[in-house]
Amino acid sequence: MTQGLQSIAFEQSPYVVSSASVVGKKEGEGPLGKMFDMVETENLFGEDTWEAAESTMQKEACVLAMGKAHIHKEDVRFLFGGDLLRQGIATSLGVEAFGIPMFGLFGACSTSGEALALASMSVAAGYGDYMLAVTSSHFGSAEKEFRFPLSYANQRPLSAQWTVTGSGAFLVGKKRSHVRITGITVGKIVDFGLKDSQNMGACMAPAAADTIERNLKDFGRVPDDYSRIITGDLGYVGQSILFDLMRGKEIDIKKNHIDCGMMIFDQNKQDTHAGGSGCGCAASVLSSYVLPKLERGEWKRVLFVPTGALMSTVSFNEGESVPGIAHGIVLEHC
Amino acid sequence: MDRKKQQEAYENYVKKKTPVHNLPVNMAKAFITGGIICAAGQSILNYCEKMGLNKDISGGWTSMILILASVILTALNIYPRIAKWGGAGALVPITGFANSVAAPAIEFQKEGQVMGIGCKIFTIAGPVILYGVFTSWVLGFLYWIGKIAGIF
Repeated sequence: MTQGLQSIAFEQSPYVVSSASVVGKKEGEGPLGKMFDMVETENLFGEDTWEAAESTMQKEACVLAMGKAHIHKEDVRFLFGGDLLRQGIATSLGVEAFGIPMFGLFGACSTSGEALALASMSVAAGYGDYMLAVTSSHFGSAEKEFRFPLSYANQRPLSAQWTVTGSGAFLVGKKRSHVRITGITVGKIVDFGLKDSQNMGACMAPAAADTIERNLKDFGRVPDDYSRIITGDLGYVGQSILFDLMRGKEIDIKKNHIDCGMMIFDQNKQDTHAGGSGCGCAASVLSSYVLPKLERGEWKRVLFVPTGALMSTVSFNEGESVPGIAHGIVLEHC
Repeated sequence: MDRKKQQEAYENYVKKKTPVHNLPVNMAKAFITGGIICAAGQSILNYCEKMGLNKDISGGWTSMILILASVILTALNIYPRIAKWGGAGALVPITGFANSVAAPAIEFQKEGQVMGIGCKIFTIAGPVILYGVFTSWVLGFLYWIGKIAGIF
């Protein structure tokens, strides 16, 4: 059922039946290291290239998620997946072997929200019993595509974020579990005209603020109705901007806001500057840290808001701004 | 117009909010790093001259040895760490230039000898080469004009 201007409140809320996270070495050494389902100590994941490594990571996340729920790939009706690479190639090659009918998505780092929204809509609409939502990012492939070769010597600005090597897969379906997706708020593109691709937190914060405000208005809620409001990868710079923007809207989320990009790395020890980023950041933290807390009932209801900086290397060189997008997913303990 | 003003206001606000590297500290580190690389170059040059090579040949040897050292350090992933600390001190000398050629060669090797290394080896150094040659051409032209006019 539509709710407010941009949201949907499900009458029959689909469940997050299971989920899985697969990450690289650096993420495994971070504060959440022990919570991930799988930590690969070798960032190539046994492959020859970064791109193939990312595909493998995604494949493993899907296998783990389906395995945990004892669901066969034939039982999954549709797969919604995406990554950061051109033409979404990491996803295409990663999920190819499953033979699940699929939709390839691009929402930059907000893709996990996009995939979860579409998967839950499909289940709620009765188009299938199980849907798989999966996203990934890899430090090596992202640096190569968006920035410089890994061994190129340069100094990263302090506002730069570290692309997470990780993947998260979520099985959304009708089978009962302890977490439900009760609603979604689809974000719109918000562009404050910023052109600094090395300061993605600042590019995405306006979109996050817009979606959070919209979600609260659409559902008639206040921030305290959520145990946590969890943004995807705003990082340290983005978070402080988000707080300022929210204060401008007279909404105080300081108390219950957390950011996946700030949690996945230890800023002081791991030299990641403004925090983690990438599709895999929000997805792996949601799977490893947020969902277990909801399952145990430690948190009753959270708003998960993965944020994306929608840029291409071409648009950036052509002097275009970096627009942001954020999708809101309401997850509840049940 | 209003939108433009808003964008500018946000840009200025973000600038204030964003932490930046400490400039004096970075300059000091660059000075030390660049200084060490240049001192290494100078000692190679001195050694070559002491061995009886003439100035031009000694200069050639110095450049080649520095480039080789940089490429090896790049392959061992040490040069990026030097540059992370030393910043422009590691980027400006010829060693930085060598790194900017070696790094894409390593990264794009997997895309093949032609489409990978061949097409992409100069993705970073290419602009430097192009505009370096172009600038020397412009200066040469001005020098030629100046000579005709009797200024030089």
